[in-house]
Amino acid sequence: MLRDEGPLVPMAGCTDLYVALNFGTLTETRFLDLWRLDALRTIAIREGALSIGALATHTDLIRSPLVRRRLPMLAAAASEIGGVQIQNRGTLGGNVANASPAGDTLPVLAAADATVVLRGAGATRRVPFSSFYTGYRRTVRRPDELIVSFEIAPIRGRQRFRKVGTRAAQAISKVVMAVIAGETPRIAVGSVAPTVVRARRTEAALAAGASVAEAQRLLLDEIAPIDDIRSTAEYRRRVTANLLARLLAPRSA
Amino acid sequence: MGLTSVSFVSFVLNGRRKKLDVHPLKRLLDVLREDCGLTGTKEGCGEGECGACTVLIDGVPVNSCLVPAAHADGTRVTTIEGLGGRHRLQRAFVEHGGAQCGICTPGMILAAVALGPRPSLHDIKVGLAGNLCRCTGYSAIYRSIQQSHV
Ligand SMILES: Cc1cc2nc3c(=O)[nH]c(=O)nc-3n(C[C@H](O)[C@H](O)[C@H](O)COP(=O)(O)OP(=O)(O)OC[C@H]3O[C@@H](n4cnc5c(N)ncnc54)[C@H](O)[C@@H]3O)c2cc1C
Ligand code: FES
Ligand code: FES
Repeated sequence: MLRDEGPLVPMAGCTDLYVALNFGTLTETRFLDLWRLDALRTIAIREGALSIGALATHTDLIRSPLVRRRLPMLAAAASEIGGVQIQNRGTLGGNVANASPAGDTLPVLAAADATVVLRGAGATRRVPFSSFYTGYRRTVRRPDELIVSFEIAPIRGRQRFRKVGTRAAQAISKVVMAVIAGETPRIAVGSVAPTVVRARRTEAALAAGASVAEAQRLLLDEIAPIDDIRSTAEYRRRVTANLLARLLAPRSA
Repeated sequence: MGLTSVSFVSFVLNGRRKKLDVHPLKRLLDVLREDCGLTGTKEGCGEGECGACTVLIDGVPVNSCLVPAAHADGTRVTTIEGLGGRHRLQRAFVEHGGAQCGICTPGMILAAVALGPRPSLHDIKVGLAGNLCRCTGYSAIYRSIQQSHV
């Protein structure tokens, strides 16, 4: 069949791929192994922006002084992903490419206005994170493209991250939120819609002086949670509103 | 760079060099148990949740059920057999009731090895968050690790 010559599936830390493989739900048979491409693991400042290689593991993110200084909410998100075994192998690129609406780093990258750097046959293109996802588990990445890195311009304001799951570790998020509080607030929420939600109307209202209660009402209009095995839509709505209030508060933990 | 170009996998297993003719996508867990005959590494869930299959790759804990054999190539792999049976943590788990049915124990001990000497209770809890135990309720495990240093 022609399909046999279809695109190779990129393979990074395999913490998503091998769960699928072990359960026989992975249909692809040809892989492109990225794990040894150490150049894609670099975390550096390039032209003023924080550049994070797609192969940086969650452990790399937690330990990176640059990430902790520039994007502490990403280190916070990484430290709540799985247990250490998962953090030691799972990568930022894998979390983003896997495109689960519950991916914990997605709201962080959305709120941070990150740029996704994609490289295909010879050509590199840069896509704003807010246009990377086109629907449930769908992205603009072409089959022959790899995510090579993420670029994040300096951020002003207090960065906050909060995940609500069933247990402290190893839990898939029921609601996950990243907030940059300040003059121009930025808010992103995961697990409450087919893709991560950047709450631009709520942000604009807050920047114009809206109260927290108004912001909560607006935010609930911007999300579309569903009932599933992990939670109910109503519970997710309530948690989302509470999280927003908590993450906007000046001294919340 | 397709994986099919790799015909064998070589790594240092518990201090001994190994060169194996295995499929590069075979799970490291199965390579260890079937091709190396080391059955101390256990399979619990097969999906990264329980940590029973934990081994160290270059000193770092990983779930061997989620690691393709190809990713072990060129590394140092440590399994519970590599600790030799008289390791301070192995003795402490026996003495302080850290092991009951024992399925989780090899993974727990390897995750604890990676914590280095005298971890705080907080570090122990974080370091073992990916290891589940149905029997002990965890406090005997934490106690075993803390007591292994006295
Ligand atoms: C027990 C367990 C707990 C988990 N807990 C969490 C959690 O709390 N929060 C969370 O968000 N996730 C969690 N995960 C999911 C997973 O660990 C993360 O999504 C991880 O970041 C995936 O990275 P990886 O390198 O392992 O991806 P892989 O499994 O290697 O790949 C995942 C997908 O991304 C593609 N891909 C990978 N890298 C690239 C690239 N550079 N360019 C293009 N495509 C690429 C692959 O083709 C594949 O489709 C958990 C998984 C397990 C097994
Ligand atoms: S068997 Fe590997 S984590 Fe459970
Ligand atoms: S001792 Fe039985 S699972 Fe831990």
